[in-house]
Amino acid sequence: MTESLMNLWHPIASAEDLPYRHIFQGQLLGRELAVWRADDDFVNVWENRCLHRGTRLSIGRSDGLELRCQYHGWRYANRSAGCTYIPAHPADAPARTICNRTFPSVERYGLIWSGEEPTGEPPEIAALENAETLLLRNIAVNAPLNLVLGHLANYRFSITGDPDNLATTSMDYQDGCSLSLTATCDGKKSTVVFFVQPVDSNRSVIRGVLSNSPEGAERLLTLRHHSAELSRLRDIVELEALDGPSLEPMVATIEQVPIALPEITTPSGRKAALRVQVLRKWATAEGVVGLELESIGEPLPTHQPGAHIDVHLPNGLVRQYSLTNAPGEGSLYRLGVKLEADSRGGSACLHETVKEGDVLAISEPRNNFPLRRDAVKTILIAGGIGVTPLLSMAQTLRNNKLDYELHYFAQTDGHLAFPEVLHELGEAVVLHLGLSPDETSQALTALLAGPQPAMHIYVCGPGPMLEATRRIASEADWPDEAIHFEYFKNTIEVDSSSSFEVSLARSALTLEVPSGKTILEVLRDNGIALMSSCEQGACGTCEVTVIEGEPEHQDVYLNDSEKLAGQRIMTCVSRAKSPRLVLDI
Amino acid sequence: MGVVRELSLLGQAVSYLSTSPDIYRAWRTDPATPVGTASEPSSVTEGLPILDRYGYLWTSLGVPNGDLFDIPEYDEPDRRNIHAATIGVHCSAPRAIENFLDMGHFPYVHTGVLGIEPHTEVVDYDVQIDADSNELWATQCLFFQPMAAATSTAGEMVGYTYRVPHPYCSLLYKTSPLDESRMDVIGLFVRSVGPDRIEAHMILSLIDDSNTDSFIRRFQQSIFAQDKPILENQNPKLLPLDPRAETPIRSDRSAIAYRRWLSDLGVTYGVIPED
Repeated sequence: MTESLMNLWHPIASAEDLPYRHIFQGQLLGRELAVWRADDDFVNVWENRCLHRGTRLSIGRSDGLELRCQYHGWRYANRSAGCTYIPAHPADAPARTICNRTFPSVERYGLIWSGEEPTGEPPEIAALENAETLLLRNIAVNAPLNLVLGHLANYRFSITGDPDNLATTSMDYQDGCSLSLTATCDGKKSTVVFFVQPVDSNRSVIRGVLSNSPEGAERLLTLRHHSAELSRLRDIVELEALDGPSLEPMVATIEQVPIALPEITTPSGRKAALRVQVLRKWATAEGVVGLELESIGEPLPTHQPGAHIDVHLPNGLVRQYSLTNAPGEGSLYRLGVKLEADSRGGSACLHETVKEGDVLAISEPRNNFPLRRDAVKTILIAGGIGVTPLLSMAQTLRNNKLDYELHYFAQTDGHLAFPEVLHELGEAVVLHLGLSPDETSQALTALLAGPQPAMHIYVCGPGPMLEATRRIASEADWPDEAIHFEYFKNTIEVDSSSSFEVSLARSALTLEVPSGKTILEVLRDNGIALMSSCEQGACGTCEVTVIEGEPEHQDVYLNDSEKLAGQRIMTCVSRAKSPRLVLDI
Repeated sequence: MGVVRELSLLGQAVSYLSTSPDIYRAWRTDPATPVGTASEPSSVTEGLPILDRYGYLWTSLGVPNGDLFDIPEYDEPDRRNIHAATIGVHCSAPRAIENFLDMGHFPYVHTGVLGIEPHTEVVDYDVQIDADSNELWATQCLFFQPMAAATSTAGEMVGYTYRVPHPYCSLLYKTSPLDESRMDVIGLFVRSVGPDRIEAHMILSLIDDSNTDSFIRRFQQSIFAQDKPILENQNPKLLPLDPRAETPIRSDRSAIAYRRWLSDLGVTYGVIPED
């Protein structure tokens, strides 16, 4: 019985339970749910617990785009339920595997439908289609589903709402969790469909929908009448349930923390796990096209402000582009692509060849330019097309009501990308148009006049501008950790002096781990699938036994004596002090 | 003579009585000495071990391994030792201890008092198990606090040391706002009523000669009242010891070590896996 209920759609809330910014606590088949409507009207149905410490998300807050857990402020994005921010570590991008358990949702007949693993679509009831339906007050009953349905089959009601004038009722249909009754009186008909939500083994909610809402005063009378009759029915059912066998509560299994699947690498070492369709392509500025990409399969994974994706182009090239939209804003990625004068075929392909409706292969978003949300004030400095990651940051800071400025250096206002977004950001945007290199330096010098505590600067733009910013910031005594740069090219500088070698005893393979790459990444690049989860050295999932060599531990999982013993290593963060490590893989 | 009272300890019914001056007895509830009746301490023949320490009575259902942990500060003559609160919470004992060890929740749960946005960063700190005492210590903990104690007047980076000498008891040491060379001590002693029900006792040992007891208690109780709804909204209520059951991050070092330490001690009450 329970098995088949798992595969059905059930109502879990009424649409009216979900005003914007509210998080509704629901329950289905023993599992608690956090249900909330985002600003784009998407209804999120999530397991009601934060992945961190199991805190109910229904006591958290929604800002319309993200849900914030009340315990430690972890933020989860609309639609994907991926974690976008962990306040205890403002400088770090959360691991992509930190994603809440979600359930599908459909809004129909004024009800929110969901299920554990529902197949097909929620029920379509002819009587409720194209009609002025009226949702009755839902009635929670401490009784099992079957008992409630049995009593509902004998439900009698009045068409006019007059309790002394009960009509003759006939049943239209009944299935495992719903039934429909039509009452006839004086030539008039009224149909009510009852959906019974199995909350737990001994708890149900009756959700009734009338096919035709009466007009005027009769409407209120009808609602009151059903409310009274169903309340009476509840009392009878609950008394009967007390005499029935006592049922064990259902146990909803809580999944273990998801483990990152080993990445399947292409010969180039790059992975394009996602397929997207170009939803919209338009000229957003002089020489810049905007592209909106929509998933053609599973919903797109969560991205964080500052993140980029690899785009695999039809001509075989792979290019990185920053995402310009804020997390939680619809299930799409928005890119801005500038036609490079010296394009070797990347930007030219996107400008000239790729059209709306085309399918592209892209990687999951990665974030090497994470945004701290713990600054008292944030200054974003964009040069030309470098504005793209900063737009995502600016929208996030605005959504979080944090203080920020976006300084946008461009040739003319015709070169300003995404003017509609700039317009929305309003006074936080400061434009610097048509400046010479000297004038740009002067403007940067004024901006970076003196370091302020708890203030952070994010810069993205052409190489010379980044170099100038770096120099000016250093002269003005800004601490390195307060200035964040995004380089478009060569983000990983291999430092051979701090690299080391890993030998894999069981695989008879020796690999070089360069600086800037983790052991885990090198193993994956070479097709060795190692489980990992937090990728921060906290959970212990990616542990490997060390046979020889001295590890340089950087995790928090092993305790001091284990670290001293040097027999185990967390491959996601730890490295080697000795030139070589022999691992038991 | 004293009146026989009863409570639940680790799910077991325990009776106890006290007579002045300072004579205590505790035993597994026995119909021969019914709860609510007056009884002589001498009538208790098969008693449980009992201690009067730090303002509380302590007992054990088994044979305690050595003496109760020491709090040297408690005996310093110029300190004020205050029982601040006893609060029932519908959670497991280790969830309460883990919350006590946690700094990351300050800006969100104790907003404006122990933390405030945007100062949310938990900088790395040290955790070790003391080899001699087998106590868990978290040291070098620092957090920005707008009002760290009842005596605070402005925000500051506050240094903390946490100590877990007992699976269900923890102590927190922080620099006294009135004397920077000394530490205030706050203790959380938890009685497991059942696997997911506790009674939490808070004790203070402070350098503070100006505030009244009731002012200090009200401060501590308001802090605990902010933690209570969080603790009662964690699912599952028992603390999972499997590191993959929840998602630890770097700032959870003390919690990660605490869970491993409980595993190593063989604690099975209030945790998953349950005994």
